Amino acid sequence: MTLSSQPAARTRLSVLRWGVVDYADGLERQKALVEERRAGRIGDTLVLLEHPPVITLGVKTRGKSTNILASPADLEREGVPVFETGRGGDVTYHGPGQLVGYPIFDLNPDRRDVHRYVRDLEQALILALAEFGVEAGRVQGLTGVWVGPAGREEKIGAIGVRISRWITSHGFALNVGTDLSRFGLIVPCGIADHGVTSLERVLGRPVPMPDVRDAVVRGFERAFGTA
Amino acid sequence: MATDVVMPQMGESIAEGTIVRWIKHVGDPIDKDEPLFEISTDKVDAEIPSPGAGVLVEIKVKEGETVPVNSVVAVIGAAGDKTSSAGVTSPAAPAPPVPPVAPAALASPATPASPAPPASPVPAGPPAEPATLDDLRRLRSSPVVRKIAKEHGVDIGQINGTGIAGRVTKRDITAFIDSGAAARPATAPAAGRPTPVGPPPPAFQPGENVRLEKMGVMRKKIAEHMVMSIHTSPHVYSAYEIDFSRIDQIRQNKKAEYEAAGAKLTYTAFIAKATVDTIRQFPFSNASIDGDTIVYKRDVNLGIAVALEQGLIVPVIKNADERNMLGLCRAIQDLAQRARTKQLKPEEVQGGTFTITNPGIFGALFGLPIISQPQVAILGVGSVDKRVVVVDDMIAVRPMCYMTLGYDHRLIDGADAGRFLLALKDRLQNFDESEV
Repeated sequence: MTLSSQPAARTRLSVLRWGVVDYADGLERQKALVEERRAGRIGDTLVLLEHPPVITLGVKTRGKSTNILASPADLEREGVPVFETGRGGDVTYHGPGQLVGYPIFDLNPDRRDVHRYVRDLEQALILALAEFGVEAGRVQGLTGVWVGPAGREEKIGAIGVRISRWITSHGFALNVGTDLSRFGLIVPCGIADHGVTSLERVLGRPVPMPDVRDAVVRGFERAFGTA
Repeated sequence: MATDVVMPQMGESIAEGTIVRWIKHVGDPIDKDEPLFEISTDKVDAEIPSPGAGVLVEIKVKEGETVPVNSVVAVIGAAGDKTSSAGVTSPAAPAPPVPPVAPAALASPATPASPAPPASPVPAGPPAEPATLDDLRRLRSSPVVRKIAKEHGVDIGQINGTGIAGRVTKRDITAFIDSGAAARPATAPAAGRPTPVGPPPPAFQPGENVRLEKMGVMRKKIAEHMVMSIHTSPHVYSAYEIDFSRIDQIRQNKKAEYEAAGAKLTYTAFIAKATVDTIRQFPFSNASIDGDTIVYKRDVNLGIAVALEQGLIVPVIKNADERNMLGLCRAIQDLAQRARTKQLKPEEVQGGTFTITNPGIFGALFGLPIISQPQVAILGVGSVDKRVVVVDDMIAVRPMCYMTLGYDHRLIDGADAGRFLLALKDRLQNFDESEV
């Protein structure tokens, strides 16, 4: 992407597919991208990746992680490290089979509305899931993307965002073929009375990750009008 | 020259923000656009840059606190400025000082507006406590609110604040001005108009031994609804005592039959049945008030309050009068079960036209429930206990239950409520077994 000097830089979305990246490593690389975006050296960029098993804590939980149910010994035995991160939201689990997306977007000057940004993220995932025939939606008051009958929704996509001077980072985690038992280690997002699910569980068949990545990219292009 | 740092507006629909972290501390030098603090809203954490360069002179909002958009959260001074001598979190003088509207407040020693030199040296230490609630209120309201108040000549102390700790928000003051209340002299409220309610006393004093906990969504909604209801409807109560002997008997006879059909024949089902039939008989009990119009609801949608571990919820049986006993039993069971497991759909708790609540479950003899708006009546059911009563001039032991009707006196008078309760009593005491 070499449209750097144009404000039109954000009319094209660069997509980086990183494969499986260690959480700490991903955090560093993400930070570097945020600086690049701020400096205007890159345009709006969507990073797609997966993480080895890890539990991450949002800012809200700082110092208190009552929503991790497993003991430190359990977590060590399971080989699941715990990270504090700078994103919004509560606690979540990342692991193989879960598509993680880090949109590095500059919302300045005309998209400065964090609610709208979060709703657009949800929309991108809803559109991507629709390509697989899955009807996903929102639950009033509970950020994220949900599937299932009203009142009994299960979370399929989680959202946690950081905005630094209107540059976005962190983003979403979409359960494709995630080992859902790992969510038993935590109360996802601090919401105790809703379950989690995955695309493969909803469809009852395996789904290739590359197909989901492509669908998500198309979802982003439509939701954010960056096609 | 000092620069106020305000809680930024992070989106159209966002009215407040929570400060999660101060990146800079009082006394730290800071450049324009350097990250100053982090806020959190919804699922988003945002780093907020400094609006100017200088030294962070004062932090007004602590980590973890939530304030409305545009509230001043910190002050940045020129490089040479002294930091606030009172320390980080002093409720220091609001800048810029606004001439108080109420002349009485001028005399208040705590009004920190006057630059006049103090008669004696001010001792070091915590600043004086604001002398009056008015002062507290003024200190707590944001500069925007104070500016609006000044422009419209409004005494902020007159306004009931809905913000944090009773703070007057921008919405409060604009609503107050729009209502025309500002134009009325505060000392002579028009007859029949409610006198502006004064601010409640502070919930706790600084340094008091307390624990603070944010209200959950449900708690907040219940709190708001109860206050709204009690301000909307003049509540009146009538209580009747009802003999449950016959219902007990029918229940014994039919219990097994219902169990075989997979339903539980409960007192609640009998009460619901008798109540909807009585509602049909007295349309005023199934109504709402719209200005000076009475809205009679043709559907009887019966709400039944269910206590949850924390809070309560009122699932609604739609068209309850169209169901027979078995149908009511099933609906009550299903809704209560799903209420407790939080699986109700939003539409299942909406549209109620009359509510039954059962404080008797917890052993209360009777309750005085508050009406669920926009309904006009609510039935409170007490516990059913064996009591000694006089029947035909003889002393007997009977299962008895107090029922109270809470009703909106704007629409329902005592005689109406009496007729309603008497009819309900008659239905329950002479329950038609063929209906069961």
